[in-house]
Amino acid sequence: MIVKNRSFFMEFQPVLPIGTGCGFSYNDINKPAGAILGYVITYKRKGETILERKKIPAKKWNGKAAKKIRNDWLLYAMLLPVLLWYLVFCYVPMAGITLAFRTYRFDLGMWHSPWVGMENFQKLLTDRLFLRAVKNTLILGAGGILLQMPCAIMVAILINELRGRWNKKIFQTVITFPHFISWVVLAGILTNLFGSTGLINQTLNFLGLSNVSPLTSPQGFRVFVWMSGIWKEVGWDSIIYIAAITSIEQGLYEAAEVDGANRFQKMWYITLPGIKSTIIIMLILAVGQLLNSGRFDQIFNLYSPLVYDTADTLDTYIFRETFTAGSLNFGYSTAIGLFKSVIGVFMITASNKIATLTGEQGLL
Amino acid sequence: MRKKGKGHKRAGIFDVCLYLFFVLLALVTLYPFYYVLIMSVANAVSTARHVPYLLPYVVDWTGYQTIFEDAAFFRALLVSAFVTIVGVSINMFLSVMGAYVLSKKQLIGRNVFLSLILFTMLFSGGMIPSYLNVKNLGMINSVWSMILPGAISTYYLIIMKNYFLSIPESLEDAARIDGANSFIILIKVIIPVSMPFMATFCLFYAVERWNEWYNAMLYINEKRLQPLQIYLKDVLISMNNQLVSQAQAMLSKSQKVLSGTVQMACIMVTMLPILCVYPMVQKHFVKGVMVGGIKE
Repeated sequence: MIVKNRSFFMEFQPVLPIGTGCGFSYNDINKPAGAILGYVITYKRKGETILERKKIPAKKWNGKAAKKIRNDWLLYAMLLPVLLWYLVFCYVPMAGITLAFRTYRFDLGMWHSPWVGMENFQKLLTDRLFLRAVKNTLILGAGGILLQMPCAIMVAILINELRGRWNKKIFQTVITFPHFISWVVLAGILTNLFGSTGLINQTLNFLGLSNVSPLTSPQGFRVFVWMSGIWKEVGWDSIIYIAAITSIEQGLYEAAEVDGANRFQKMWYITLPGIKSTIIIMLILAVGQLLNSGRFDQIFNLYSPLVYDTADTLDTYIFRETFTAGSLNFGYSTAIGLFKSVIGVFMITASNKIATLTGEQGLL
Repeated sequence: MRKKGKGHKRAGIFDVCLYLFFVLLALVTLYPFYYVLIMSVANAVSTARHVPYLLPYVVDWTGYQTIFEDAAFFRALLVSAFVTIVGVSINMFLSVMGAYVLSKKQLIGRNVFLSLILFTMLFSGGMIPSYLNVKNLGMINSVWSMILPGAISTYYLIIMKNYFLSIPESLEDAARIDGANSFIILIKVIIPVSMPFMATFCLFYAVERWNEWYNAMLYINEKRLQPLQIYLKDVLISMNNQLVSQAQAMLSKSQKVLSGTVQMACIMVTMLPILCVYPMVQKHFVKGVMVGGIKE
């Protein structure tokens, strides 16, 4: 009987005014039984009133959504500083992109500089240094994807083949280490190692071979950027694939073993297809970041005027010419940035579309 | 003989090659750091004779001494420590709070907030508007310009949100019935049960903060506010830096110091905190990456 009462009670709980400080706040309990045309309908169990209509005060919020919002006011209050941060440090600069259509004047600032229409973009097309930077960014980025991703996948698959949990752990720990060191430090180390009197060249001399100078020769620099990128990130990049491999069903390997598959066949026909979706997602992300590549830190710390021809990317070009040389107008630099962002969004959407068209699960 | 179980197969030639491959890879990864270590304690006399490959010929602390005698080094260290400690506190406060709220599925407008946040991963204002924004906020040449622009990492926020989603709702119910509000629940219930996870992200953020140099380069012109990474950059770039000339002045002393030695010593000092923290991070980083995944 009591149980029955209770269920009835739960269903037809009288409306509690919000903020009565009733400690717990299950949404169901505070829900009004119904609302019709500006009236709250209240059911009461005990004798007298089973149904009561109460006029809703005109200005007060009502309805489900408003009530939920009022219930969760604290959550919103907690979210507020986060949203505020996004507004101030992400969305205000995003609005500042209008600068791409202005000529920046220091006396007028970001919001009041004069409009120039598409002039900055027209200038882009004839700026040889800009075109060179686009070319370099694409080459360095694409080479990076084509070399770095297969390496990371290979390392992940091979680590998985290692015997013993400790072996896997130790090697993974070791090869991930450089990821946590900044490019400022790494550039210091690498320039020392590869300098004309550095360890590498002294060793080569000792062996009777000719010097290498990847940091000062335009062609060598590209390879150097790719190689040092792999050296730093291969361990870190492989983590995501290792995680994907561990989630492959073990039964598949056992079945293959029964069928007489050797280890290479298992790697090729089970492991690789098993992580295909992860590979595709990482590829989409990488392609989206192609122009926006995170190689600024690396290149900025490693390059020198000797290799600008092959090393100068969009980011380094914007930074150097705007802040160090001061030869570019802020409006023009912003136009380059906007160009980069737009292409980036386009590429990530396109590669995602292609991935979904080929029957893979995309990212967006 | 044939009774041997699955895990006890004889190591074949492939296993040996694999093992050797990874030993080689590990050596290639670690040797440059070891080389920095032995070069940081070398001196001109020893390096004139041989390049040390495996063992230092001498142990000479002059490189370190030169750095520790530089007042600018301690200022830079102080700035870096401040940026790391205060920065990580702000990072964690904002990301944990934001991630917790966004993990509440009943929240109205949650999808809107999430899309607004995810959109910033796709599209950003870029270098110049960000710079002008910080300038307009009056933060040029203030430590806050190294802290606030990076106060939230959207990527970590999303990972944390996914992690909070994986915590069973029932955990909160008891506290809710006792009258605790969401904020109290977050602090008293959620954070204590996810301590290892929180520690991982603290360390991730801390490493990022310690390595931070980009914002410093963009927004800080004053020498006294430069963090350690920029100090190191100065030491590395300008050979006729004040510090190196100081080192040259020490030539008249008993030891001969190479500018290279000072640089290597400086690199070692800059890496040291990460070397100390790394064993702790690596224990959790795989989990951290896996929990979040990359999908929303």
